[in-house]
Amino acid sequence: MSEKRCDISVMVNAERVERPVLVRQHLVDFLREELDLTGSHLGCEHGVCGACQVMVDGQVVRGCLTLAVQTDGKHVETIEGLSESGVLADLQEAFLNHNALQCGFCSSGMLLSALNIVRHYPEASREDIRDHISGNYCRCTGYQAIVNAIESVLLKNRSAAVVGVSS
Amino acid sequence: MKAPAFDYVKPKSLNEALGYLKQYGSGAQVLAGGQSLMAIMNLGLAMPEVLIDITGLPGLTDITVTEEGVRVGALVTHATLQHSPVIAKHVPLLWQCVPHVAHLAIRNAGTLGGSIALADPAAEYPAVVLALQATITLQGPHGVRDVAADDYFLGLYETARAEDELLVAVTFPKVKDSEVMVFDELTRRRGDYALCGLAAAFDVSGGVIRAARLAYLSMGDTPVLAPTAAAALMGKAPSEETIAAAEIALINDLSPRSDLHGSVNGKLHWAKVLFGRSVRQLGKSA
Repeated sequence: MSEKRCDISVMVNAERVERPVLVRQHLVDFLREELDLTGSHLGCEHGVCGACQVMVDGQVVRGCLTLAVQTDGKHVETIEGLSESGVLADLQEAFLNHNALQCGFCSSGMLLSALNIVRHYPEASREDIRDHISGNYCRCTGYQAIVNAIESVLLKNRSAAVVGVSS
Repeated sequence: MKAPAFDYVKPKSLNEALGYLKQYGSGAQVLAGGQSLMAIMNLGLAMPEVLIDITGLPGLTDITVTEEGVRVGALVTHATLQHSPVIAKHVPLLWQCVPHVAHLAIRNAGTLGGSIALADPAAEYPAVVLALQATITLQGPHGVRDVAADDYFLGLYETARAEDELLVAVTFPKVKDSEVMVFDELTRRRGDYALCGLAAAFDVSGGVIRAARLAYLSMGDTPVLAPTAAAALMGKAPSEETIAAAEIALINDLSPRSDLHGSVNGKLHWAKVLFGRSVRQLGKSA
């Protein structure tokens, strides 16, 4: 049986992509192999490790558990697009300063979870941060440095908010 | 690993979807959030001939409050439930359990209907559905039928849903003032499959337990009720003496198998731990 393809039209990092895709191809293989966006990584390929995370319509999802064909008509943002737009700049700098990455394999997925914390849980405690990143495996850092990095951005944003209110 | 090749259809109406279900029979798998299905397919444990992607169907993403209860459409995601004031107010047991369901990225995509349709015995929703005696609504070629939770979970990944039926909604009863709901589970890490979990619905008045429905997860092939232990709580105050006397009864209700995660005695111990925690919660909220 020849493998089925479907035409899709999807916005990837604010650029429209229109082409037929293999229906069995998941989103990360599509991004990496068809579009050369290799920042999203494939670790376990069954939704456990979090290295493949991307944003679909503004929400973090597992790229390996999403079929490329399912993104038809949607907006996909990857680590490449989010880095270029600058929304991750504070977190990326904090990850560097706190040694929150070593081999870097988990970092793109980890940064997306971190971004979600910064955007939606500005008051998160260290324990909350650990809960939020429990779905992202890092085999180098032992997580301590990652928690430190995310916490430092939250603290910086909180003090900026206080200054903003008093001025 | 990669999923083996399959065909893919995305119906636009319920009738079209039901047509595909009838046409493909056991060769079809329904794709909703895909958070279990895609993993199983990538692991090569499921090889459907065709995926019927139902995410384009209208009317399956609503949460509606009616006289009977709260009707949740099959495609409502975990994340939507977690942030729903209606669920928090009227179905607190469901609301309490959502943060325990996997991880953020998975909660953004996975659905209530998908979890109930799969009926993984380690999943949270099946136990909640059973504890609350919710109603599962199935639509097939001959119309709609409602199945009581007690009649729905038949075996390991086996439910009352027929091959040509689609799970379209689950209706939960609204919590009453006298009821206290407690969900808790034991995991090695947040978001992992539970080693043991308990969804408990209590009715308490005058400091005394008037009714209790206890549904365990990860304790058998289906979510498992503990009626004997629940009966041992009737008419008692939620005290340490009550817990000590009633928890012994759990051995009549639960028959877990030993596996890589724990021995039979270990699992029964976890079940007692959660039982005690849930009853102690009643003392706190009284």
